[in-house]
Amino acid sequence: MPNQDKSKEKESRPTTRRDFLRGAGNYTVASLSGAAMLLADPKPAKANITWAEHFQKNYRLMTEEEKQEAIERLETRYSEEYGKKVTVDGTPSIEGVLFGYALNIQKCIGCRRCVKACVAENNQSRGDEQQIEWIRVLRMEKGNFSAEDRDQHGYPESFGVQVGGNAYKPAGVVLEGQHYYEPEQVPEKDAFYFPMQCMQCEKPPCVKVCPVRTTYRDPDGIVVIDYNWCIGCRMCIGACPYWARRFNWGEPNLPKEEMNPVTHYLGNRPRMKGVVEKCTYCVQRTRKGRWTACVEVCPVGARKFGNLLDPNSEIRKVLAKKKVFRLRADLNTYPKFFYFMD
Amino acid sequence: MMRFTQFVVDFLRAGFTGGILFWCWMLFLAFFIMLWGYGEYVQIANGMIVTNLNDQVSWGFYLANFVFMVGVAAAAVTVVFPAYVYKHKELHRIVILGEMLAIAAVVMCLLFVIAHMGRPDRLWHILPVIGIFNWPHAMLTWDVIVLSGYLLLNIIGGFYYLYKKYAGGEVNKAFYLPIVYIAIVWALSIHTVTAFLINTMPARPMWFHSMMPIKFITTAFAAGPSLIIIVFLLVRRFTPMKIADEAFDLLSQIVVWCLGIALFLTMSEIVTELYPATEHSLGLQYLMFGHNGLNSLVPYFWIALTLMVVSFVLLLIPRLRKNLTLLPFICAAAFVGIWIEKGMGLMLPGVIPTPIGEFAEYTPSHIELMVVGGVWAIGFFLLTILLKGAVAVLLGEVSYQPQTDKRPVSSEQGEAAI
Repeated sequence: MPNQDKSKEKESRPTTRRDFLRGAGNYTVASLSGAAMLLADPKPAKANITWAEHFQKNYRLMTEEEKQEAIERLETRYSEEYGKKVTVDGTPSIEGVLFGYALNIQKCIGCRRCVKACVAENNQSRGDEQQIEWIRVLRMEKGNFSAEDRDQHGYPESFGVQVGGNAYKPAGVVLEGQHYYEPEQVPEKDAFYFPMQCMQCEKPPCVKVCPVRTTYRDPDGIVVIDYNWCIGCRMCIGACPYWARRFNWGEPNLPKEEMNPVTHYLGNRPRMKGVVEKCTYCVQRTRKGRWTACVEVCPVGARKFGNLLDPNSEIRKVLAKKKVFRLRADLNTYPKFFYFMD
Repeated sequence: MMRFTQFVVDFLRAGFTGGILFWCWMLFLAFFIMLWGYGEYVQIANGMIVTNLNDQVSWGFYLANFVFMVGVAAAAVTVVFPAYVYKHKELHRIVILGEMLAIAAVVMCLLFVIAHMGRPDRLWHILPVIGIFNWPHAMLTWDVIVLSGYLLLNIIGGFYYLYKKYAGGEVNKAFYLPIVYIAIVWALSIHTVTAFLINTMPARPMWFHSMMPIKFITTAFAAGPSLIIIVFLLVRRFTPMKIADEAFDLLSQIVVWCLGIALFLTMSEIVTELYPATEHSLGLQYLMFGHNGLNSLVPYFWIALTLMVVSFVLLLIPRLRKNLTLLPFICAAAFVGIWIEKGMGLMLPGVIPTPIGEFAEYTPSHIELMVVGGVWAIGFFLLTILLKGAVAVLLGEVSYQPQTDKRPVSSEQGEAAI
């Protein structure tokens, strides 16, 4: 039972809450029951906050005041939990902006700095127990790829996930790439690299299947998640053809000193266990006119980001002049994440 | 109202009265129910990290059992349909028992769903009005509607009939029959929608074919009546309730034909997928033959297929089908075969390999086994109570007494075990 000690403290009253939830749904009842809980809880302020969080509406349906309240509650709770001033931003999408991304697969050297930068920026869970990464860089073999070879020999030891099973032989990754490579040095001679992350589809299958509308497409084209409304049914994980979504199986492990205190409500604020998360094009940065963390860190300039509605933007120039393709275009998801070659 | 309260009390009393065998059975189930409570507690306290699920295999044992149980719930219609549409006399007498089975099965479905959810404390988010209901877009909301509707229809239909029987009044056909006919169509809907839940995702090619709903229904109508046959044989063995051989005959015929169609559909699927053997068929290939030594699912598939084929062939022979000593064993084989085929054998190859082609083996953790075992125990517990109560009412062993002194439940009934 990993994680038990720390999560016990936080989640010791799930049944009581759930029982109350049935009839309740407004703050009056919430504060009454909150008062009852004061008697039992050593940290009354925090208890009230989490209690109110339980009753809050879906973010998209909140009035401006309610949004402000929710944000203040989170700021108080996070600041206390992480021992520093944490800001939670609620900046909505900007009129006339549709974010798009383009990645030059010819330039990518597979260094995975983007993966690391993303984890640091977006407060993902880290550590052996539960490591969440929003970007996966696939290593693709150059030259003739023979499926027979792969089937007969498999990948060398330690490649491929072998979780909870009994793999007598090395597991294989059957498509042309795998994301567990550990080379001495990148780029490798016989490989090129293919990073994947959330494609921010214009027709996102994940949004369609979400039974509670907790994940939705904002007007600037970013598919976001209200972590406080997610019920953890994982329909979206099943529906995503790009394997972009991650689930918090246990309480996320986010060390205080590594926590990034500049957060957005729909973006990189710390998550709780049992909810889904994914790339948000660094909504906390991009809505303030900054690059995403992965664009900023890329040492070879393989990553391009910008406003698809602005004819003079770099991304539009890439789309106009380069050889561009999208992943699994046959599924009609219309990704706003493009791959290109010079 | 007094009369209704009395009904509930008498029903429960009849349900909870029994001999030593009965109490041993209940104690046995209670043990597993305690394990369920422990498993759920650990899972809620620590998160789903206590399961063996991961980002590669995010749907597993819970949902596998859910899909299977929806089928069993729907299969109550194999008793109700012949009884009301073909006026099958023998089935008509026991139609209520089928409805009791449906109630227990739907309750199990709901418990499996709760176990599968990462945030069961937010269950209210998915309820209409107080939460947000992404209807009609999200298939899961359709499932919520059809499942809870089916539960209600069976509770209202079943208990209305029993109550009338208990209180001695005439059944109001204008009220009762519409419920029965709606429930018949509704039963098909619950399993169809459950199939749509998983076969509408192109990201999962193993499930992405239009044969899924009909395959779900045929396997359900093979597995469900198999269980019903076993349960009815136990009822006949342990209670004074008379169930004619003709009832078993009809049910076993339903099993054999649905099993046959299911096997045919399985064959069609295998040929369609494996002849071109594109990457989209990797899930099925992994299920049938394993992949580079990752072959934990291979026994599942072949055991399930063997059980289904053998029980189909045996049931085809009328002499064996009509042999009521042998029949429950054949039915058990068919039931287990379909449970594997439609449970783990369907759920896992859908998510393995992942959309980027990664293979991850999965076997349920101890907690998952505890929870699933416990939900089954809860189902059988509920079914036992419901069946005993219903049988007592149907036989007139408990009925409404205008005086306040309560008639004791007959002692013969008390001896009855299950």
